[in-house]
Amino acid sequence: MSPETLVAAVTLAAVVAYAVFAGADFGGGIWDAFAAGPRREEQRSTIAHAMGPVWEANHVWLIFVIVLLFTAFPPAFAALSVALFLPFHLVLLGIILRGAAFVFRAYSPESARSPGAGRGALRWGAVFGAASVITPVLLGMCLGAVSAGSLRVVDGVVRVGDTPPWLAPLSLATGAFALATCAYLAAVYLANETEGPLREDFRARALWAGTATVALSVLVLPLLRAQAPHLWSGLLSARAAPVVAVGVGAALLSGWALLRRRFRLARAATVAQVACLLAGWGIAQYPYIIYPDVTVQGAAGHPGTLRFVLWTLPPGMGVLLPSLYYLFRVFKGEHLGVREP
Amino acid sequence: MDTLTAARAQMEVSLAFHMVFAALGIGMPLLMVMAEGLWLRTGREHYRQLAKKWAKATALTFAVGAVSGTALSFELGLLWPRFMEFAGGIFGSAFALEGYAFFVEAIFLGLYLYGWERLSPRAHWLAGVAVATSGMLSGVLVVAANAWMQTPAGFRMVDGAAVDVSPFAPFLAPSWFQMSLHSTLSCYVATGFAVAGVYAVGMLRGRRDVYHRSALTLAMSLATVTALLQPLSGDLSAKNVAEHQPAKLAAMEAHFETARGVPLLVGGIPDEATGEVRWALRIPRMLSVLAYGDPDAEVRGLNDFPVDERPNVLITHLAFQVMVGCGFALIGLGLWYWWARRRGPGAEGRLLLAAVVAGSPLGFLALQAGWIVTEVGRQPWVVYGVMRTADGVTPVGEVPATLFGFSVLYLGLGVALAYLLRRLATGAPPGTAAGRGGLHVS
Repeated sequence: MSPETLVAAVTLAAVVAYAVFAGADFGGGIWDAFAAGPRREEQRSTIAHAMGPVWEANHVWLIFVIVLLFTAFPPAFAALSVALFLPFHLVLLGIILRGAAFVFRAYSPESARSPGAGRGALRWGAVFGAASVITPVLLGMCLGAVSAGSLRVVDGVVRVGDTPPWLAPLSLATGAFALATCAYLAAVYLANETEGPLREDFRARALWAGTATVALSVLVLPLLRAQAPHLWSGLLSARAAPVVAVGVGAALLSGWALLRRRFRLARAATVAQVACLLAGWGIAQYPYIIYPDVTVQGAAGHPGTLRFVLWTLPPGMGVLLPSLYYLFRVFKGEHLGVREP
Repeated sequence: MDTLTAARAQMEVSLAFHMVFAALGIGMPLLMVMAEGLWLRTGREHYRQLAKKWAKATALTFAVGAVSGTALSFELGLLWPRFMEFAGGIFGSAFALEGYAFFVEAIFLGLYLYGWERLSPRAHWLAGVAVATSGMLSGVLVVAANAWMQTPAGFRMVDGAAVDVSPFAPFLAPSWFQMSLHSTLSCYVATGFAVAGVYAVGMLRGRRDVYHRSALTLAMSLATVTALLQPLSGDLSAKNVAEHQPAKLAAMEAHFETARGVPLLVGGIPDEATGEVRWALRIPRMLSVLAYGDPDAEVRGLNDFPVDERPNVLITHLAFQVMVGCGFALIGLGLWYWWARRRGPGAEGRLLLAAVVAGSPLGFLALQAGWIVTEVGRQPWVVYGVMRTADGVTPVGEVPATLFGFSVLYLGLGVALAYLLRRLATGAPPGTAAGRGGLHVS
């Protein structure tokens, strides 16, 4: 494999990691916004408790993706920055408000006395919830825009049609899909980290979100075929089809496991589902970073820099992965089955 | 407002905001680790309470720093896509390494903040050490990227394109060491004096308990040591600027005509039209000495550079005066404090405490002013001598709108955060201040 393809694969892996880890943090915010029923406050504090120690580390995967993009594929980063100027700014608005509101709520003076009930805490809680709903939709729309085909780069100049690429039907569908997936991930994880009636709450939410993702898939399939035939044929290609098939199988398995209350299995299957479907999309999209003008090979940066990225990967990951494992073992150990509570 | 002005303004607003939290993110973990280390060694409870209080402040400021830093990584492209198309593939190596350092920082901060009960005291302290170390490293690595913009290296330009790009390009920039030393120290100076001010306020209000006094001692230790080192690192930086960015040095010193035996200007208002500086104090031959170590050395003036390659003299010179002035004022404050402390803790007078309060924002003022010197002094270049800022800007026309939006957003967040930190700093935790802690005084 050429260096640029390897770096592209690493970038895709980082996108998958961001989706699987940080996606659930966004999902937590979604269920915070839609907390309901007699255990509303317990739901919220469970979510805050689950996210607290890990959300900042999970967020770094996004920075990692951006850095890889502008280091290894500078023209692609430049083109996306111009074409997606507005949605990227909105994404940033969402990211900034979500992160700030989460800690501001946690440290609001009122929340210390009566958890979640203070005025300041309530206000920041609302901001946190709203930003958590909007941001994944926008991120999904931006992801869809690189496949939609209406983001053109001709002679190094970015051209967009009358409808901005992030508002193309395919992009809107990807946005909705991202929202449902984040909600599903979070609900499945939270069902694993709770017990009793609270677990039933999150199981019900997972079933709702799971149904929504299935319904959206059914809607998106004909759209893909009509609007993005290159992606459709890519997904059915020998390269991507096995990965996508595993993803679909895992999706069905996670739904079945949820129904049978086999929560550990449901979580493993959900992770496999999201990872395989996203990776399948990336493989189907290859060699394009932005269809149809920007390819991995065409946008590849200086060979020395690409080598630097690849050489530093083993030592970097050698530090990063054990640290991440330690973080999750300490805070999620009893839920991961690594350590008894 | 044209796109270039708006893009520069949005970058300034975003960086000025982020920089405060980046500096606290480097300085606060060190204070935290110092306090917890003292607790491990002495077992005195108030040190643990201090570490916990500072951890809370770190939690608030780190989160804001992380998300505003994310915004910057996007804004590099959103505002300067042509610059990033050229430079991303060259100085990106620095960001790639910084990514790992920042990752480690975020991971161990999570362990530190939420791990008080779950980790052994030693493991918890070590998590703090990892945060402090990786935070400092991540700053040093980001500065490599900026140093490369100041003193580009590791590539050749052929027909307007970079060729023979070294994988280590940002680390070959000849100003990296000087800049990262100066900026890392400035983070500790700024954090140290800012924290000292908070506890000086408490002591002025009569809370002269062991909790407040220890906090003041720790913060002033860090602040004074680093403030004393700062002129030495500044001297290295100035010599480096003289060698590699002579136009910037000329603007910093408002030095208009190339000459030998050039005086150092202290203060003064430069007039770019006439090339004169009014109301400045002149120290004969000092600039020649400081820049080249020779009282007769020639120092290039702005007249040596084409008009369209000169930075804004007024802003660069004034910002430089503010930075140096704040720096020396803080050195004086630090020395005064330790002179007053020679008879042991608790000897600080009201006047000294009031001075510590008054001096507490000066470190951040110096930090911001120093950054203005670096960045405005580099203009009109975004990559010094290689690419002009105007050639790197986005073709998108909506920048004034996003500038307005981000300014409002950051203003709002700044106010909210100031309120929360103010609430956090309301005295010692119950049970440590006058109670148990007080026993140690007698």
